[in-house]
Amino acid sequence: MYGALWRVLPGPAWVRVLILLVLAAAVVLACFEWLFPIVSEYMPFNDPNIQTDAAGAASVEAPR
Amino acid sequence: MTSTATPPVRHAGRRSSGRGAASTVVGVVGELLITLGILLGLYVVWQLWWTDVQADRVQAQVLEEMDAPTPDAADVATAVRRDAPPVMEAPALGEVWGTLYVPRWDGKMMPIAEGTDKRSILDQAMAGHYPETVMPGDVGNFSLAGHRQTYGKIFHDVEELQVGDPIVVEAGGVWYVYRVDHMQAVKPDQVEAVAPVPWQPGVEPTERYLTLTTCHPIGLNSLVARFIVNAKLDYWMPVEDGTPPDLVGQTAPAAEGSA
Repeated sequence: MYGALWRVLPGPAWVRVLILLVLAAAVVLACFEWLFPIVSEYMPFNDPNIQTDAAGAASVEAPR
Repeated sequence: MTSTATPPVRHAGRRSSGRGAASTVVGVVGELLITLGILLGLYVVWQLWWTDVQADRVQAQVLEEMDAPTPDAADVATAVRRDAPPVMEAPALGEVWGTLYVPRWDGKMMPIAEGTDKRSILDQAMAGHYPETVMPGDVGNFSLAGHRQTYGKIFHDVEELQVGDPIVVEAGGVWYVYRVDHMQAVKPDQVEAVAPVPWQPGVEPTERYLTLTTCHPIGLNSLVARFIVNAKLDYWMPVEDGTPPDLVGQTAPAAEGSA
């Protein structure tokens, strides 16, 4: 998989390394800004609320 | 000795030409697993570090925009009031309307917003007001939620509070000084913690309470427990009269004060 990626990339080795670094940075950014916040919604951590049954809070968030 | 250079070449050639579909699949699966491992590690880094960085940044910006009064040791009020305080009207959901000060937490100050939505309020290092509870100063139980860890972890040091500690709320030009009188860990569904009279659901309140709710214990805790801090209103004063004595480590005049 990564071998094929390396072979597809153009240029000498240092150019390929540079491209890969940029790609890795883009992947990390996408994860931090977009993927992880979505995933965290489904994680069973960090819910500091008492699960109220009155109209207000309970309708805003489902127990997770 | 001269023949040692050739076998590796031959060997490598034979291996690549003899590489079957099965070993290709195994190779790809292996690389996918390594990638998954790296992603999981990145998630931990994001959750434990980056959410704090982001939330603290938002919190600092919110505090700057709302221009909340800062405690000033040179301008301490000489009189405080213990009669019925003014109560501001409940704002719209999502609105940032006040500040919370906890001297025990190194004078930490946090914005208060209406509602306990995770994404838009709690994850931005703000304390969320349970909208079904009263506003500060009112008879009943003014209740706030906040993160114990990650996303700015505003209530991280909640267990360091001691009975008698001041918890100060500023809203609508009034300081409300509450005093901690009870702390307890409960199950997440024990909503009686935020009942109008804490722990006594259905009872008509006659006093002015404040309740903080947060995660407990630190760790993977959403399903385990909540930590509850109950406090009672001690006194109040208009913001223009100065800084409440408790915010700068002084004791308020004990006698019934009047402005």
